[in-house]
Order: sequence, then structure tokens, then C-alpha cells
Amino acid sequence: MEKYAVYVPKLVTKKENFAPGHRACIGCGEALAVRLACKALGQNVIVANATGCMEIVSSQLPFTSWRVPWIHTLFENTAAVASGVESALKMLMKKGRIAQQDIAVVAMAGDGGTSDIGLQALSGAMERGHNFLYLCFDNEAYMNTGIQRSSATPFGASTTTSPAGKMSMGQFTWKKNMPAIAAAHNIPYVATACPSYPFDLLAKVEKGAKTPGPAYVHILSVCPTGWRCATDLSIKIGRLAVETGIFPLYEIENGRYKLSLDPPKLRPVTDYMKLQGRFRHLSEDLIAKIQKRVSAEYAEIKEKAVADKE
Amino acid sequence: MAKRVGIEVSLAIAEAAKLANTDVVAAYPITPQTHIVEHLAKLVADGELDAAYIPVESEHSAMSACLGASATGARTFTATAGQGLELMHEVLYVASSMQLPIVMAVANRALSSPLSVWGDHSDVMAVRDTGWIQIFVENGQEAVDNVLCAFRIGEDPKVLLPVMVHLDGFYLSHVIEPVLFPEQSLVDKFIPPYKYPMPLHPDKPVTMGAFGPPIIYTETKKAQEVNLRASKEVILQCWAEFGKTFKRHYSPIESYRTEGAKVLLLTMGSFSETAMTAIDRMREKGKEVGLVRIRLWRPFPFEEFRQAVSNAETIVVVDRALSFGGPVGPVCSEVRSALYDEKQKPKVVSFVAGLGGRDITPAGFEEIVNRGIEISQKGSENEFEIFGVRG
Ligand SMILES: Cc1ncc(C[n+]2csc(CCOP(=O)(O)OP(=O)(O)O)c2C)c(N)n1
Ligand code: SF4
Ligand SMILES: [Mg+2]
Repeated sequence: MEKYAVYVPKLVTKKENFAPGHRACIGCGEALAVRLACKALGQNVIVANATGCMEIVSSQLPFTSWRVPWIHTLFENTAAVASGVESALKMLMKKGRIAQQDIAVVAMAGDGGTSDIGLQALSGAMERGHNFLYLCFDNEAYMNTGIQRSSATPFGASTTTSPAGKMSMGQFTWKKNMPAIAAAHNIPYVATACPSYPFDLLAKVEKGAKTPGPAYVHILSVCPTGWRCATDLSIKIGRLAVETGIFPLYEIENGRYKLSLDPPKLRPVTDYMKLQGRFRHLSEDLIAKIQKRVSAEYAEIKEKAVADKE
Repeated sequence: MAKRVGIEVSLAIAEAAKLANTDVVAAYPITPQTHIVEHLAKLVADGELDAAYIPVESEHSAMSACLGASATGARTFTATAGQGLELMHEVLYVASSMQLPIVMAVANRALSSPLSVWGDHSDVMAVRDTGWIQIFVENGQEAVDNVLCAFRIGEDPKVLLPVMVHLDGFYLSHVIEPVLFPEQSLVDKFIPPYKYPMPLHPDKPVTMGAFGPPIIYTETKKAQEVNLRASKEVILQCWAEFGKTFKRHYSPIESYRTEGAKVLLLTMGSFSETAMTAIDRMREKGKEVGLVRIRLWRPFPFEEFRQAVSNAETIVVVDRALSFGGPVGPVCSEVRSALYDEKQKPKVVSFVAGLGGRDITPAGFEEIVNRGIEISQKGSENEFEIFGVRG
């Protein structure tokens, strides 16, 4: 991050391997995250993409936004497809059928494709130790199919399958901790990122791609359509997610936690939530409950980071 | 020199994948396929097969990893059975639609519930329309030969389709048979090195698996259908070439003692060998019966089939799967439909037998044929009969 902040204009390529002209909504944080990730990944990459918003907006026959080799097959199997690509590359290079070179194998999926239906395939691929990078673009619901809840949807958010109503406060479960699940596989590199912090995201994606073995980067991606927020607030809301401690930016390298950004004082969660229609129905009690949990979880991560530093 | 060895058919199939210089295997164990993948893992571990063996966590991931490997340009092999084949279901369509020439041996198994590890064709019938080329083998030699042919057929630039080689679970997968393994140098000539036309590689970025809006989806499906049908030519050429090189001959429909037969028994899979014994016995008794076996299930060889049964008055079809609430056994449905427009239509009688590993003896086949003749003459209240069922 430090390196990028100074030399940004010189270091970041202008080349767009995720080409403009795709069909993402205005203000889509996920499309921005993919675009940035592609800048970090460069040319020597093969992308396996799960079904979801990013696949749909970028690949309608006969068009494509992908200037790197890209394969989409199904929703839940992306890590498995990537493991096939990786194994094939290794074998073909070993047998001299293709030239020896570093080609990053990158799997991309949404939060649903990662923390729900694709979790088994991802767990298998991480456990087997394939040399690949998995990018989870987390917009906290199944957006492609119309804003249904996933296990990554935050507590209290109203979605089309966890709607707020007389008898419901919206999503009643707490967000599944995917980075911790990835880290529990003892993989060498896990990180969180958000396109509101582009240089941090670039550095982490690059690092993940260069890490030998499995790497996992979890990217919070603001979705104005699903979060019911103004389309010009994507960047700001991403920042607020970090500044409130709701989505801390950190790395877990070989099991050791490191905060990428540690605001001196966390902002109240309401700063983040009040900009989004999905939380509009929440009572003060519930917001207080969320605040308590966010503060506790942040403190926990910070504690780990402090302990691991020593 | 080719060498003849006594070997379990499962192991022979793994040896065939080795002879074909498979690059990547991704597989998940399930009875009765286990010995195939265990042997592949061992061949890789012993350095006898230079391949990546991906021990995936499910069959869904097995076929998905095969997609990735095949799309990257690796010769890819896997094997499964029963529940495993069902778990792969949605992935199978992707393999054929994206034209990835994966080869898969399927040790046919019944489907739960009740759980049954034993053989029948319920698994096959559920994947009938997945767009794969599907070949049935009846003994160990045929299994080895057709695994080799499967690579050559699937990888042919005119075809580029995945191929299933079906063998009956246990009845074939677990028996020890004499198998002649062809010489490596001849196999190398017979199966040219795999060169996928548009592999995933940064040198030439391709987009694979873009989504199809209504304006284009139908055309993609038509192209796929035309391609699968056209693959029959390549399959026939491959078998002809195989016959020339290795002196063993295969055809889409195989006939046994059909000369002058008014009544034909029709089977698919390794039960056919038992059926042959039944035919021999009936011929000895002076009955004019013969046997027709389907080897090529997809693309269905309509011409060859109609030709093979053109003189029959009655066809007795033995299915090893049920189409619940449907017309007759699934193979019988196809046979009837293939003959519907013929001027001289034989009677087609449907039996379902051999479910979940239940044996059919030669005497059983005789009984089926006799009952079939009776039904063709007197008719029956039932659409089909389940042979030998209690209750
Ligand atoms: C097996 C299967 N089940 C369901 C679907 C329908 N489906 C397609 S995309 C999607 C949601 C994707 O959500 P996510 O992974 O979070 O990605 P997003 O669209 O939010 O970026 C669903 C449910 C499918 N394609 N395949
Ligand atoms: S629904 Fe959300 S994630 Fe999907 S394209 Fe629109 S803004 Fe992006
Ligand atoms: Mg999502």
C-alpha cells in the first residue's frame, strides 16, 4: 500500500483487461473491483469465473469484456475448474507441450458462489494446495438473481428472501466469516480489500497472485442496486465500511494477522448504515446490537494483529 | 509386441488411460468404479503414468476440474458410477456444449433409494441427453479398445466432444479377463497428440462459456446437435481404422445369429454375453431367434439399427432401467420411435430386468423371449413387464 500511494500514476497500468462496455449497473463496486484486480493481474493470467453478476455483465454472446483468457462454466464449481486449469498448466509445461512461464490461475466468484454453493469446491481446492488465487467479490447477496440473501448478507439487511416486515427484522443471521474459513485451511495468504482503497486492493491481488500455493482475497463490493443506495456513493460507502470497522482491511500471511489500515477511532456504524435502504427499517436497539458486535469483532482482529506483530 | 494378460477389467481401463498418455485425471471414488481410479492413482504414484491426479472432494468437482484441464489443452480422463454420475449431471452438459473431449468410464450402477451399489442402467438413462458420445462395452477387451477409441474420436477436430464408455458395474468392472494390450508405439500412432484448437492461454486470450441470450441460444444448440450426429462418421472411421491396426472390429449395432430370425432379442451392455448363450440354446431347439446389441447409444445409429432389424417380426427389448410413469423401458422407447415410420413395422415388446444387480440367467433370457413372443401374438394389458419381479 505504502509503495502505491506515492507512485500510483506511474505504477498502475492504464491497460484495461476488463474492457469497458460491459453491462454492469451504474456505480457498481463489483465491476470496479474486477477492473482493478485485472490491472493488478496483468496479461499472464487465466481467469475462471463463476456465474453471477460479473459473468453476466461481461460475457453476453457474441461480446466479451475479457482481454485475458477467461472461462465460465457454472455457479458453484469455479475453484474446481481453476484447479483443473492449474494442474493442466503444470503438466503441459512439465511435458514441454507449452513454454515454461508464470501464468497466474485466478478464480473469481461472488459471495454466494463462494460462501454458500461454492464453499465445498473452494475448500477442496485450498486443501489440495493448488497454486491459484481466489477472489471473492462480496456484495452481500445474490445480486444477479435479484438481491436474495446469502450467508454473507449482514445482520439486519433486508433482501428479497430476508425481507423486513411486521414479523421480520430482515436477515437474522450474522455474516459468515469467509476470510477466517479460508485461513483455517492454513493457506499462505488471505486478505480483505475494497475498491474504495484501490492501491491496497492492487497490492493484495498482486501479492495473492504471486504467492505460491492457494491465496484468497475477499473484496467488499458495494452494490447500489442491491444495497438501495445512491449510485454516486459506492466509493464513499466502501470507505465507511472500513472506517466503521464493519469491514476491516487486513492480511493473514502464513496465519499471522496484520491490519492494513487501523483508523485511530472507529466511526459509528450508523454513518455507514443510514446511507443504505437495506438497513432503513432497523430499530435503535438492533443498531446498538450491531454496533456492539462490530466493535467486539474489530477488537478481536486488532488483538490478533497486535499479538502476531510481537 | 502386444501382450495378453489376465487382469481385472477396472485395472485394464486404467491401463488403457495410461496407454493413451492421459495428462490429467480428476476423480472421486464410488463403488463400483473405485478400482479404476485407485489404479490410476497408483500408476501416477509409481511414475508409470506422467499425469496430474487431482483427488477432488466430489464428482461435481471431478467433472469441473476436467473441464478446466481439458480447456487448457490437457488430455483428460475420469471415471464414475451411479450417484457420482448424477452429482456431475449439470457439469456433463457443459463438457459437451463447450466441446471439451473428456473421456469418462462409467461403471453403471443403480440409483438410490434404496441404496444399491450394484449394476443397472438407471444412471446412464438419466444422462442420456447430455450431449456426450456414449459407447457400451461388453467385456474387458472391448473396454480397453474403446477407451483408446474414445480419445481418438472425441479429440478429432471434426468432433471435439466428450465420450462416455459404459461398462456394467461389478458384472464387468470387477471380473478378471484375458486382455490383449496393444503396443505403445501403435497406440501412439493411433491416437495423435492432443491439440485443442483454442486452449486457455495468455498468448491468445479466448472467452469460453459466454452466456447465450434467446437470439443465439437456439443456434448454439442446433450446432451442437448437428455436430453430435455428424460424429457418427468419425466413430465409424475410427473403428474401421482400429480394426485395420489391431484386428478387432466394432460397429454401432452388433448382430448375433440373426440370419433368418423372425424374433430378435435386443440388449445393451455386458448382459449381452449371457443373452448370446440363451440364443445359442434356443437355436439348438430350432427356434429362429437372434440377438441385436446396441454398442453406440449416442449418437443413436438409426440407419444401422433399422438395417439390422429389417427382417424381424418381433423385437423383444430388455431394458435395465425404468422410466417411471412413462411409456416402456427407455431403450425400448427409442427403438419403437426409430421404427415408427417404417413400412413394415415389427412388434416391439418391452421388458425391464436386471435392476440393482439382479442377475439374468440364460434361462431367464429364454423365458423373456418366449413371453415376448406370446405378448406379440396375444397382446398384453401392460405397457411393459418387469421380469422376475415378486408381488
Ligand atoms: C446451481 C445453480 N443454482 C442457482 C443458480 C442461480 N444463480 C445464478 S447467479 C446466482 C447468485 C449469484 O450471487 P453471488 O455469487 O453473490 O454473485 P453476484 O451476482 O452477487 O455478484 C444464483 C442464485 C445457478 N446459476 N446455478
Ligand atoms: S446488481 Fe449490483 S453487483 Fe450486480 S451489476 Fe448491478 S450494481 Fe453491480
Ligand atoms: Mg453477491
